[in-house]
Amino acid sequence: MARTDVQLMLDVKAGDEASFELLLHRYRTPLVNFLYRMVRNREQAEDLAQDVFLRVYRAREDYVPSAKFTTWLFRIATNLALNSVRDNRYQKLEVSIDAPVTMDAEDGDERPLDIPEKHPNIEQHLVEDARKKMIRHAIDKLPEKQRAAVLLHKYQELDYAEIAKILSCSESALKSLLFRAYESLRVELAPLVAMQVKNQG
Amino acid sequence: MSCEKMESRILSYIDGRLKESERPDVEKHLAACASCQLRVEEFRAVSGLLDELPVIEPSPAFDARVRALVAAEPVKQSWWAWLHVSPRVAFAASMLLLATLWLGFYQRPSTQPLPWNGNSQVADEQMMQDLPVLEDHDVLSNFEPLKELPPPVQADEASDSQQQM
Repeated sequence: MARTDVQLMLDVKAGDEASFELLLHRYRTPLVNFLYRMVRNREQAEDLAQDVFLRVYRAREDYVPSAKFTTWLFRIATNLALNSVRDNRYQKLEVSIDAPVTMDAEDGDERPLDIPEKHPNIEQHLVEDARKKMIRHAIDKLPEKQRAAVLLHKYQELDYAEIAKILSCSESALKSLLFRAYESLRVELAPLVAMQVKNQG
Repeated sequence: MSCEKMESRILSYIDGRLKESERPDVEKHLAACASCQLRVEEFRAVSGLLDELPVIEPSPAFDARVRALVAAEPVKQSWWAWLHVSPRVAFAASMLLLATLWLGFYQRPSTQPLPWNGNSQVADEQMMQDLPVLEDHDVLSNFEPLKELPPPVQADEASDSQQQM
């Protein structure tokens, strides 16, 4: 049977480096994806994810399994991401005085249109790509705390109590945060949402 | 239930995490409220759209970079860590400690000068330090009024201590 995260972390605390490798393997993809959606820059997301793992390793001696491992892990990641987003915003403000702002500046690290040579329907591919871009922009436009709440709820499937702990708020405040986020997304993605509802109906 | 109260329940209704006790009220409200019913459908659509975003994989060098960061960390070892590292060394050290204690305990009478031998500098110094105590003892043992007191009937601890005082 696979060892739980807490067991692995206690083994890391006892000096077992192999258990740290298992935790790294288990959480590198969820962490990189969460951070990528938070900071919108792949390189920066990877740097932050590495920092998260380093902090986990540094804290091994004092680790006490008082909360779920994922709560602790994503709390570190969320704090780093929120700080980074705020720092980026100040940097952008400084730059914007001299440089023109392009709407798609954040998409620089996004994969270019990797259209396969023998793609059956290029037009369909372009539509799908535009659709994904629209969804990404809608997430990006959310205030950072709402964005973190949506990402943790949707992609990490953490329960409400865990997400509330990560974001240092009450469960009812979290539910209100998520409701407002979904309201904004519903408005922002109105054409796509209408299409989805029509298809479902 | 009001539409306002639905706000805190609508997402948990969609993601299936609504408490069973709350479900009947929510469903009753949805059956009667068209705008909340539409919102549920639209939130479901939003959730479906969020599923469309692809998952990215960390770059191939990611693990190696984490390992390098961890390897560069200074090694912190607790007092007990050496026990885990080398049990043989720990056993040998323990044996050495025991042997030292044993030798020290049994050879002490013959090797260490005792204060009452009075033939070494250490013993002299010890006696000089004890001198005021000895003088006090002399005064008390020669104190006439104390000699006149009747001897104690019972030599229990309390009376002993009173006499000494």
